[in-house]
Amino acid sequence: MADSTHGAAAEAVLSLRNISKHFGAVQALTDIELDVHAGEVVALVGDNGAGKSTLVKILAGVHQPSSGTMTFEGQQVVLDGPSAALRLGIATVFQDLALCENLDVVANIYLGQELSPFALDEVSMEIRAWTLLRELAARIPSVREPIASLSGGQRQTVAIARSLLLDPKVILLDEPTAALGVAQTAEVLNLIERVRDRGLGVVMISHNMEDVRAVADRIVVLRLGRNNGIFYPDTSHNELVSAITGASDNSVSRRASRRAGVDNQPVPGANP
Amino acid sequence: MTLDSKLGGSKPGGSPAPLMDRADERLKDQSGLAGSVSAFIDRVRSGDLGSLPVIVGLIVISAIFQYINPVFLSANNMVNLLFDCSTIGVISLGIVCILMVGEIDLSVGSVSGLASALLGVLWVNSGWPVAGAILAALFTGAVIGSIYAFLFNRFGMPSFVSTLAGLLAVLGLQLYILGSTGSINLPYDSPLTNFGQILVMPDWLSYLLVALIGASVLFTRMRNATRRQAAGLSASSTGAAVLQAAAITALIGLVVIYLNQSRGIPWMFGLFVGLVVLMNYAFTRTQWGRAMTAVGGNREAARRAGINVKRVYTTAFVLCATLAAAGGVLAAARLAASSQQAGTGDVNLNAIAAAVIGGTSLFGGRGSAYSALLGIIVIQAIASGLTLLDLSSSLRYMITGGVLAIAVIVDSLARRSRASHGRA
Repeated sequence: MADSTHGAAAEAVLSLRNISKHFGAVQALTDIELDVHAGEVVALVGDNGAGKSTLVKILAGVHQPSSGTMTFEGQQVVLDGPSAALRLGIATVFQDLALCENLDVVANIYLGQELSPFALDEVSMEIRAWTLLRELAARIPSVREPIASLSGGQRQTVAIARSLLLDPKVILLDEPTAALGVAQTAEVLNLIERVRDRGLGVVMISHNMEDVRAVADRIVVLRLGRNNGIFYPDTSHNELVSAITGASDNSVSRRASRRAGVDNQPVPGANP
Repeated sequence: MTLDSKLGGSKPGGSPAPLMDRADERLKDQSGLAGSVSAFIDRVRSGDLGSLPVIVGLIVISAIFQYINPVFLSANNMVNLLFDCSTIGVISLGIVCILMVGEIDLSVGSVSGLASALLGVLWVNSGWPVAGAILAALFTGAVIGSIYAFLFNRFGMPSFVSTLAGLLAVLGLQLYILGSTGSINLPYDSPLTNFGQILVMPDWLSYLLVALIGASVLFTRMRNATRRQAAGLSASSTGAAVLQAAAITALIGLVVIYLNQSRGIPWMFGLFVGLVVLMNYAFTRTQWGRAMTAVGGNREAARRAGINVKRVYTTAFVLCATLAAAGGVLAAARLAASSQQAGTGDVNLNAIAAAVIGGTSLFGGRGSAYSALLGIIVIQAIASGLTLLDLSSSLRYMITGGVLAIAVIVDSLARRSRASHGRA
């Protein structure tokens, strides 16, 4: 799996150059560079407020960048709305799941993409919905119940199933495993690998370093809205953490050394 | 093209092959008649009331008025009631549209008044052909709706405020174009006033329509069931479909037989019901209707799903104001006059109350075209009953206001109950 990325000579499906975004006086992203190749999983990591979700929203067409260029399959593109991103083949699973609670599972999966717009084909849509959910080994009793009656994990599965509906080329997953149980997390990681093996590019945001190392081919670290290095799954945990937090001497490493050295001597100034 | 084949995923079904949507062991078996009944009780308990409160309310209201004055349920009074229903009912249908996306139009009364004034001025005073005058009135409604939509989409002006401003501005326009005359009488023997006052369907046609309704219910249910069975999904039994179609046919048939004892079914009411059925189809079976419901439920989710949210809002505002104008034209035909009073008083409140009483939520994302039909029948039944009792309009306003308050309380309570039972 790593061979395709370490020798990343192939042209990127999606690449960002000098992308900046500010909200009023707040500079959320500064000169971000990002490449996503076909058949690779790029993990986007960073602390809270590093700009990960903003970047994903730009890729999904929800926000428009203040400056910078975006290239998709060799063509420079401007995403002026979520539907533009969907048309290109960029599907997104948002952290705040973006489902309509008053509609049922089938309607949510097909929202905006209904079959035969003037006489909805409910039977075909229901069958396809079941097929997609089976793919994800989803535990959803009925697809004709409104989303309001589903648990957090079930909603996550519906959101992921929806992103796969349009056979996208790039899938963006914002914290895909945060709300999931053990088995479902493994299922989602399996799915990410299966999607990758099919030649899709996957961008995944996660705070869970274990999940990131398990599936990512490349780990892009953001810090305070800037690129802070690119790492590979064989990078040591400490190195990754220091890139995320910005220092080798940080609260995570202090905590680790305190636990390791608790028999020898108490570390001065280790109190939070 | 399925993902299933591309990913080489597992095909569902083994040797006993349970139905695709009945595979989960946690699902209760709710097939058959007993199952349908228990599913219905579960739904009502969790606060998904549907049209149940309206039907209960209608029975209570009829019983009370019939007890006080036996004329109330007479066929003749019922036919009058249907004539009166149609005008505000059409306006109420527009309100259902706008409530569906979680917005409101408070100016529908004024817009209907303006439409009736335009009809009088253009048709009677300026000598336009009647069709041209009607089209001009509808077009004016559409323009007013698109102004609201523009204010909402461009400036984020709350519809509550923009339409409240519109209420006054459009009323002013109505008074302006009526000028000093104040009131214009429409020609008594014209087709339009006949349509609004006397034209009824011939008996044979009304029975034919009843049979047609029953047949189409049966046909769609059966076709649906066949398609679902062929696709390996659970389907309702043939018996249930036949039973439902028979019940609907019998119920409507009895009403029609009763009304035909008097004059019969007004054509105007036929037009109203036709619009309701059309709107119901648009809401439930088209992409546009799905988008309306989605926007009313979660605007941001709809936007991220690639729905053009602004366009959905625009269609809702335009449709609402256009239907309000259509209601105004019908009201002018009913009264055979365009006056300064048209569209004022309780028209606004009745139209909104009818939609809410019928079960369309004020909070958006929940509703049905049929709520306009059921709701306006409740409102008109109260109005007609109180008129028969010779009560003044002061009392009528108070009672209608009270009924609206009760309907909103039921809506809020049901919403709370749905939230605690995990339904939207």
